[in-house]
Amino acid sequence: MGDVAREAKRWYWQRISAMVLALCVLVHLATIVYAVRSGLSAEALLARTRGSVAFAAFYTVFVAACAVHVPIGLAHVGEEWLGLARRTANGLAHAFAVLLAILGMTAVYAMVAA
Amino acid sequence: METSGASTGEADLAAAARSGPAPASERTAPGEGATLRVSIWRGRGEGAFVAYDVPRLASQTVLDVVTWVQRHREPSLAYRFACRVGMCGSCAMTVNGVARWTCRTHVAEVARDDRVEIAPLANLPRVKDLVTDMREFFDKWARAHGRFTGDRTRRDDFARVDPGSTARRAADAGIECIGCAVCYASCDVVTWRPDYLGPAALNRAWTLVNDERDTAQGARLRAVAGDAGCHSCHSLGSCTERCPKHIAPTGAIAGLKRLTARAAARGKL
Repeated sequence: MGDVAREAKRWYWQRISAMVLALCVLVHLATIVYAVRSGLSAEALLARTRGSVAFAAFYTVFVAACAVHVPIGLAHVGEEWLGLARRTANGLAHAFAVLLAILGMTAVYAMVAA
Repeated sequence: METSGASTGEADLAAAARSGPAPASERTAPGEGATLRVSIWRGRGEGAFVAYDVPRLASQTVLDVVTWVQRHREPSLAYRFACRVGMCGSCAMTVNGVARWTCRTHVAEVARDDRVEIAPLANLPRVKDLVTDMREFFDKWARAHGRFTGDRTRRDDFARVDPGSTARRAADAGIECIGCAVCYASCDVVTWRPDYLGPAALNRAWTLVNDERDTAQGARLRAVAGDAGCHSCHSLGSCTERCPKHIAPTGAIAGLKRLTARAAARGKL
């Protein structure tokens, strides 16, 4: 795949992930408002999330969308504002994508299965 | 590079400036003896602002002010203009920090406390005083494949394009660009990323993408989809806000993003 097609697809993925994130953030905020109505405690939260397939599925999608969307934007910021070479910016962005995915999925695992 | 044009007196300048409908604030002539404090950028590369007192006239444009200074105070002041009626796109300058076409910008619209600061356009190399080197700006039109490529000859019949079609209306919306570079000078992405093609070149490409007679669509999409092409645009909208012809390059670039992404997804890029 050439550079031109890669750039176009990268924009496409950032746009798609932004749409997913917009929905996820709304659901996430609504969930927070709902969840804290009866007081916020670790026990209460874990009691609701442990073993919940819906919670695991939703936040897996959320984490995946973050891991796609954020690094693409950061690569642009690195190139434009920090003057990084494209290769360097992409390398750092890929590393950050892996970090986000690991941290996010660790958190999902801790809420659902640990 | 020095200015050219027929010599006119102040009365003629004022008359020329009256060619368009003036806003209500313009219709009242400034008080007799009123002056405008004008700071104009002087220099080649390195330089500084130099202040001049210029007589205020009714319906006076920023270009009138620069012309007055050149004819009465600084014969060596370099600036560009040609048509004086908003058609040629050669007189754009930075007025009080904002890129504008100076022949159609009334002093009354931009003066603050009877002061105006005039500088060359941003994002372009400075040649002398208010003159910038426009080569890179127009080279980018060529790099964006901004030329029409057809397959008809003079022996073929005219192409019949439906004026109401979506593509034709999209082309119409962007076709009146006069190449003044106000959008280019206003674009922060060009500042950050000097190889970015810029709003004018991409707008031109968009008008041709929507020209159903054009036969180089694949090459054009490849030209605008690269690293420095439409995907670099952050939709900041300065180009659309400041375009004196009320064209919306932001919309054109969004259209190119959609088309190139679709082509890439289909493996046609």
